[in-house]
Amino acid sequence: MFDIDLWREILQSINKNRTRSLLSGFTIAFAILLFTILFGIANGLQNTFKEAFMDDAKNSISIFTGRTTKAHNGLQAGRRIQMKNEDFDYVEEEFENKIQYLTARIYKNVTASYKNESNSYELRAVHPDHQFLEKTLIVDGRYINQNDLKNKTKVAVIGRLVEEDLFIKTEALGKYVNLGGVQYKVVGVFRDDGGDNEERKIYMPVTTAQMIYGNNDYIDQINIGYNPNLNYDQAIAFGNLLTRKLKTRFDVARDDQRAIRVMNMAEATKSVNAMTVGLSIIILVIGFGTLIAGVVGISNIMIFIVKERTKEIGIRKALGASPRSIVSIILIEAILITAIAGYIGLLIGFGVLELAGPSLEAYFIKDPGVSNSLVVGATLTLILAGAIAGYIPAKKASKIKPIIALRND
Amino acid sequence: MLKINALHKSYAIGDSSLHVLKGIDLSVEEGEMVAIMGSSGSGKSTLLNIIGMLDVLDSGEYILDGLPIDNLTEKKAAVYRNKFLGFIFQSFNLINYKNALENVALPLYYQGLKRKKRQELGMFHLEKVGLADWAHHLPKELSGGQKQRVAIARALAANPKLLLADEPTGALDTKTSHEIMAFIQQLNDEGKTILMVTHEEDIASMCKRIVRLRDGVIMEDKTVTQVRASQYV
Repeated sequence: MFDIDLWREILQSINKNRTRSLLSGFTIAFAILLFTILFGIANGLQNTFKEAFMDDAKNSISIFTGRTTKAHNGLQAGRRIQMKNEDFDYVEEEFENKIQYLTARIYKNVTASYKNESNSYELRAVHPDHQFLEKTLIVDGRYINQNDLKNKTKVAVIGRLVEEDLFIKTEALGKYVNLGGVQYKVVGVFRDDGGDNEERKIYMPVTTAQMIYGNNDYIDQINIGYNPNLNYDQAIAFGNLLTRKLKTRFDVARDDQRAIRVMNMAEATKSVNAMTVGLSIIILVIGFGTLIAGVVGISNIMIFIVKERTKEIGIRKALGASPRSIVSIILIEAILITAIAGYIGLLIGFGVLELAGPSLEAYFIKDPGVSNSLVVGATLTLILAGAIAGYIPAKKASKIKPIIALRND
Repeated sequence: MLKINALHKSYAIGDSSLHVLKGIDLSVEEGEMVAIMGSSGSGKSTLLNIIGMLDVLDSGEYILDGLPIDNLTEKKAAVYRNKFLGFIFQSFNLINYKNALENVALPLYYQGLKRKKRQELGMFHLEKVGLADWAHHLPKELSGGQKQRVAIARALAANPKLLLADEPTGALDTKTSHEIMAFIQQLNDEGKTILMVTHEEDIASMCKRIVRLRDGVIMEDKTVTQVRASQYV
């Protein structure tokens, strides 16, 4: 039941004892403020790490080649290492059970045009598995498939922004796009969470590209999605083994870092995961620490308030206040102060994060923020803590004997 | 109105216990004005506290207005205090952040009256003690005599059957004491039963009956000719 007179009593007590109310409110507001800011910053750090590795599959290993830097087996330094289809097949056969996805990549820069629109894009000739490694999301049509590879069909899968650039509000699917003088049928349009740059790319079958641009069987890069059943250490070992075998195959010195480079995401992912776990622990410690500090603060204030009001409580009891009315007057005051002050702390915290957020990106803190549910949870916890911390002193207060409270000292 | 039989009360002090009241028999009729006297430690304040239900008796019988007061729950004691008793204290015991009117209206709040009715009744009693103009002043803005008059108005607000006063003039100068006593006598003239604890002979002589306590027993219980306080004012 809503008792307006009880609330009036409580509001008067808060209002007339401003210093006391402000001090207790300040403690709580400050606890919530710290909680919000620290949590927000920690979340911002986590966001930075997550974003840096979110774009592509986590279990990917990429193989690039370059020029040798060391003479080896009677071969000169500076020799250019070029991977071919046979190398791709070798990797596929040699490591079949360790590989989930496998694709080659050929890079070309092409000028694409449709009707009067034309622009320059990066072209990637790939295998069908590429879709899963790059986490390409098909919006329209389909991706490159095995048939395309076998028949060397002239098809292209274009990025969402390529469609926007060239086809201007019309559907690209089924139409022919001109890539460096050759007409390709658009069989699919894709989206990518990796950003605008990733959506300005064009994919085509690796075999088609080899036939049209140079008529050879060269490939620029091999991407592997290792078997997800491998743990990080096994994946790292696999990457090392792969490197050794390829170096032998191409007659490259063991310590030649440039000729064959293998980039293993397992290594990065492992350290990022460790970092994330560490951050989560820090966040938890900070969060609990701040909350506990808040709870202790409220308890202290409540004990102080009851002590200070002993005489008043005695008077009220002498005038006929029931124990219950004493409990509610003190408890509700505590909860009210906690809730209002907590909310203010929250708003200030949000404000600080909002204002300082953009300038923090330089310190690897991106979109610092706290989820609403977490904050509501924290505030509820504080209110609950205020209630518990307030209840025991309030109950004690209701048991105060008026004669003791009213002694003339 | 009030009947006490063989009342005993002791307090534990460390391991031993202090026997404060050793068999008190007292009865007070409606309309009486009784002074309870005694040196400090005679048990007079303890007796008043028990009568005021601020303390509980160990053994004996206490009947107030036909109701046995024994083993009351806190809740019930609160209701009885509110309904039957009005308190006047030596140190006034006003709530310092509430103005005079709010202090007077507080017992009415605990009676569950509506706000408007409380304001009305509170104002009526403040007028009665001559402080209507001070209704919105805080206790710290009032003189000692004014504070005690606010306290009396508060004690009267709930229209109690019995007024209990614990050294009501203890903190006041002689002139103000006489003003307050004149007012209390006036209340008694209007029919209120009044019980007060004092150690001042001249204040006691302004009551109609004096009960003297020593070492927890009643030494003397006599009716006296009331000295009117108004003659000193």
